[in-house]
Amino acid sequence: MIELTASDFRPGRGSLAVWRRNVRVWRKLIRVSIVLNFGEPVIYLLALGYGLQRFVGAMDGLPYMVFLASGLLVSAVMHTTAFEAMYSVYTRMEPQKTYQAILATPVRVADIVAGELLWCATKGVIASTAILIVAGCMGLISFPGALGVIPVAFLTGLAFAGFVMPLAPFARSYDYFSYFYTLVIVPMFMCSGVFYPVDSLPAAGQWAASLLPLYHAVELARPLATQAPLSAPLVHGLVLLLYAGAGYALSVRFYSRRLLQ
Amino acid sequence: MSEAVIEFAHVVKQYDGRRVVDGLSLRIEQGQCFGLLGPNGAGKTTAIRMLLGMTHPESGSIRVLGHAVPEQAHRARAGMGVVPQLDNLDPDFSVRENLGVYASFFGLPDNTLDHRVDWLLEFAELTHKQHARIGELSGGMQRRLTLARALVNDPGLIVLDEPTTGLDPQVRHVMWSRLRELQQSGKTLLLTTHYMEEAERLCDVLAIMDHGRIIAHGSPAELVRVHCERNVFEFPRLDAPQQAALDALPEVRLERSGTSWYAYTEQADPVHDWAAGHPQLRMLHRHHNLEDVFLRLTRRDLRD
Repeated sequence: MIELTASDFRPGRGSLAVWRRNVRVWRKLIRVSIVLNFGEPVIYLLALGYGLQRFVGAMDGLPYMVFLASGLLVSAVMHTTAFEAMYSVYTRMEPQKTYQAILATPVRVADIVAGELLWCATKGVIASTAILIVAGCMGLISFPGALGVIPVAFLTGLAFAGFVMPLAPFARSYDYFSYFYTLVIVPMFMCSGVFYPVDSLPAAGQWAASLLPLYHAVELARPLATQAPLSAPLVHGLVLLLYAGAGYALSVRFYSRRLLQ
Repeated sequence: MSEAVIEFAHVVKQYDGRRVVDGLSLRIEQGQCFGLLGPNGAGKTTAIRMLLGMTHPESGSIRVLGHAVPEQAHRARAGMGVVPQLDNLDPDFSVRENLGVYASFFGLPDNTLDHRVDWLLEFAELTHKQHARIGELSGGMQRRLTLARALVNDPGLIVLDEPTTGLDPQVRHVMWSRLRELQQSGKTLLLTTHYMEEAERLCDVLAIMDHGRIIAHGSPAELVRVHCERNVFEFPRLDAPQQAALDALPEVRLERSGTSWYAYTEQADPVHDWAAGHPQLRMLHRHHNLEDVFLRLTRRDLRD
């Protein structure tokens, strides 16, 4: 059994090296990544937005396309980050043994976890920025106020990476993640206020949504993208920070156990 | 006495109540090429993982390059190069990028790196493959790249876990000559191996490990001299009366391995005299070697 001390949780410069490694891989595949980053929101906005706009009209005082676009700004962060923190992290841990190779250098488990969280948040910002551009071009959000979404996307990325990353050390294969995706991520996507306001859910549903990170991300992103006043931004920010922090601490523990037997 | 490069003192590691490393003590001095031999499951790889801080011992103490391990293992690793048993090169990068990215984990700045990477590619004879992806390399090339990668930080201590397992003889000889060059440049080497020839050619000091502890220790020549009689006779087949007759000869030790029989003795003449009376008997007479010592000390039963 690995016994961890406080210093084992303190990330160092190695985390930036881990982050940079991922940036370098991403840069090699930049064309594919960018096409996906732009393609997905365009499809959502065109298919769902145009399709529903005619029937729904306004939602919560906003044109439906605007309502949807301002929610997608952070739900895209969730999808990108969750995918990265499950499939990509597992790939680096297990089949590629990248972490084992890295652990033969001065880099420690805390650096790997911190570097991966940082990278997930970076990818989240890229995904969110793509939507800002697309929605901006379609005249759905107003600048410069909407630029405030970028730090929210970063925080949301950290929160989701923290939410998802502790899982991979328990996985025996990729199949394990399908459960989590279908049973947790997809319902959260549907019920956190991206497609309709959370207060149209029954009380239990509202309560459940408020425990999960996406709701809080939407509550921050939508007012910023639509120049509306923020309500309780500190609470929402703190919940996201809590997910990031708790996820980091759990990840250091779980990855240490898996990688340092 | 100056501080050793590696020092294990009474180190114990258990998995599920089984002692994989059982009171291991060893000392490796600056500039030595130290070979750790042992059958599968003897605890060699666990010992190496503990040395890197990748497995924590239950008790005992480990010091590497002046740092306490596992507490300060990352400091020790800054001065080490590691060639793991299984290649874990980064398939997301080319040959050249693998070296550059790995260097960044040591905090080496990019701008000083090109020169070093060029030299490493040359050392590994991979300059012509520098832009290839890892998947395009043969097993031997991957092994050479793994060795080059272990040298990016110009380590004083290089740890190699079965560096030539699964390689063809040509590649093995290339690896050996590279390792000898490293040793001559003053580096300390620790390697585990199953190949007695490799241990005999490269190592100044050997330790034979079994059941998690060291059962013999010394230079290859010493080990052979101390632990095995000078002459070895191999018999592919012996019937029962022949076995009895050989066993009865003075100072002959008869052992079976697989279907063959081995007679060990300091004096060859009595066995030759006896064999003269059995002209139909197939027999090979040779000098003792490290493999005889290894088999004698770790017994001949199969390990899995």
